[in-house]
Amino acid sequence: MTDAPEILAEGLRKTYGEQLAVADVSLSVAPGEILGVLGPNGAGKSTTVRMLTTMTRPDAGRAVVAGHDVAGDAQAVRRVIGVTGQDATLDELLTGAQNLELVGELSGLSRRTARARAVELLDQFELTFAADRMVKTYSGGMRRRLDLGASLVARPRVLFLDEPTTGLDPTSRVRMWEVIRRLVADGTTVMLTTQYLDEADTLADRISVIDHGLVIAEGTARELKASIGGEHLEITLEQPDERAAAALAPLAAGPVQVIEGGKRLRAPIVPQHGLVTAVVRALDDAGIPVDDIEIHHPSLDDVFFSLTGHAAEEPVAEPTYETSADELMPTR
Amino acid sequence: MTATLDTRTTGSRPSPPGSLGSWWRQVAALTRRNLWHVRREPAQLSDATVQPVLFTVLFVYIFGAAMVIPGGTYKQFAIAGLVVFNITTSTMGTAVGVSADLKSGVIDRFRTLPMARSAILAGRTFSDLLASILCATIVLLTGFVIGWRPGNGLPGVVAGLAVAVLFAYAMSWLMACVGLSVGDPESAQGIGLLVLFPIAFVSSAMVPIQGMPGWMQPIAEWNPVSAVAGSLRELFGNPNPAALRDNFPSQNPVLMAIVWSLAIMAVCIPIARARLKARTVD
Repeated sequence: MTDAPEILAEGLRKTYGEQLAVADVSLSVAPGEILGVLGPNGAGKSTTVRMLTTMTRPDAGRAVVAGHDVAGDAQAVRRVIGVTGQDATLDELLTGAQNLELVGELSGLSRRTARARAVELLDQFELTFAADRMVKTYSGGMRRRLDLGASLVARPRVLFLDEPTTGLDPTSRVRMWEVIRRLVADGTTVMLTTQYLDEADTLADRISVIDHGLVIAEGTARELKASIGGEHLEITLEQPDERAAAALAPLAAGPVQVIEGGKRLRAPIVPQHGLVTAVVRALDDAGIPVDDIEIHHPSLDDVFFSLTGHAAEEPVAEPTYETSADELMPTR
Repeated sequence: MTATLDTRTTGSRPSPPGSLGSWWRQVAALTRRNLWHVRREPAQLSDATVQPVLFTVLFVYIFGAAMVIPGGTYKQFAIAGLVVFNITTSTMGTAVGVSADLKSGVIDRFRTLPMARSAILAGRTFSDLLASILCATIVLLTGFVIGWRPGNGLPGVVAGLAVAVLFAYAMSWLMACVGLSVGDPESAQGIGLLVLFPIAFVSSAMVPIQGMPGWMQPIAEWNPVSAVAGSLRELFGNPNPAALRDNFPSQNPVLMAIVWSLAIMAVCIPIARARLKARTVD
């Protein structure tokens, strides 16, 4: 018999005024698992998280987190969860340490325990140097880390991360990934929403793809990428040459596609060291001049195109609690 | 980054969740948070620190010469009124504070914690209670410096302060309702001013009611601010022209002040709690 899921959502639905934010979302996360919820802006990711974390009441459906019903037993749910969203929920006028202490005390820790926990978390998130500075002075990356620390103060069994790296610069993004990876080694259950396929791929055990408030696909990252073809090479030749496909075939991981009348080739590949060099050499040895060569990584658009037949839509406005960071990050 | 983050769950907490002990701890933590804010932005408190000094000096010296007070000088009459006037207007801070909290990201953190929502309001009104004690004390100290004396000495002053602070606490719950009903702190401030200043002025706080137009007198007499002003004058041992008037509130100011305070709390506390719930669940 398998363990009961740590997070279980069945038929969740939420309408804000005239707008259907979540139509019908069901998902299930086993204890210790990381589920990635992948979708573009406006897909309903944040609304789903809000329903699971008791901030929003579902219009229909039910959800159970760590054995407690989110509608009927909300306080019990809050005792076992930690939540971090795109908007930092920090008090700007307090220091980093004071913010964490406050969260600790409001979570039921004694003052002394809350203070000790604050010191511990500041150390683990490399924020000790700024512990006694007002959060107002923190950079965006520091705020996100502190906010993540705040969600861990009470050692939650279940952690919700709503777009944890949206709006972060590339360095902070990678750093955040490292933090999250270390986090889950201890068996915390994590639900992570994102608009980036590479993030879901790197961090999640399983992925649910969501669009317009519905789950349109579920599976491991490998299964999803298999359905869309994974990485591939795009080669543009100086002029069409029918020998090119044959020259390329041994190096490709699948059938080579010839398009634009033989001028362009697409081939699925398994990315590895030296592959591109080998390809160029193979074509060169065959006397075929190459104009351009590009490695194409599968994007959210590819996933969507393959699943729905259309690209991930332009941002649909979710209710106003979403930050303008959404508008800075167009769908890739 | 050091070793794996320790996210082991601990099921136990120092006091059982939902117990009264944990509620007090939450209120204490939130009060401390508000005090930390004041330390960072002392100007926030100017209506409890600067305004009392300014108004006390201005009113006594500008109006003092022109006013005739049956039974005493304006200075001895006015200080009690200035106490209630200033603590009433400074309750605007509650409206602004509550509104600011709801607008900030912090409320979203609170909404996912296993804390009682009511602790947010209790913490806010309690820290404003401390502010009103400070405000009243500053008025009295300023008054003392310029020559005011309480006829009944220290016991009278303490008794009077107790009544005044009870009233201020009740008013801050009213202001909490205002703060919970507007969209932003600026509106809260605007509406707060609009509500509090007329209440504070149309009363016996700054002038004897005898001087007001006939139609205004009953309003001023039944105004809770007048009840508190009259209470303070009686308890402090200062001239109280209202005592010459033959109607229930003027003859029983202390009773009226306490009844009004309890009535305002009885109405506003449930409304505030309901409004907070409505604003924090969608």
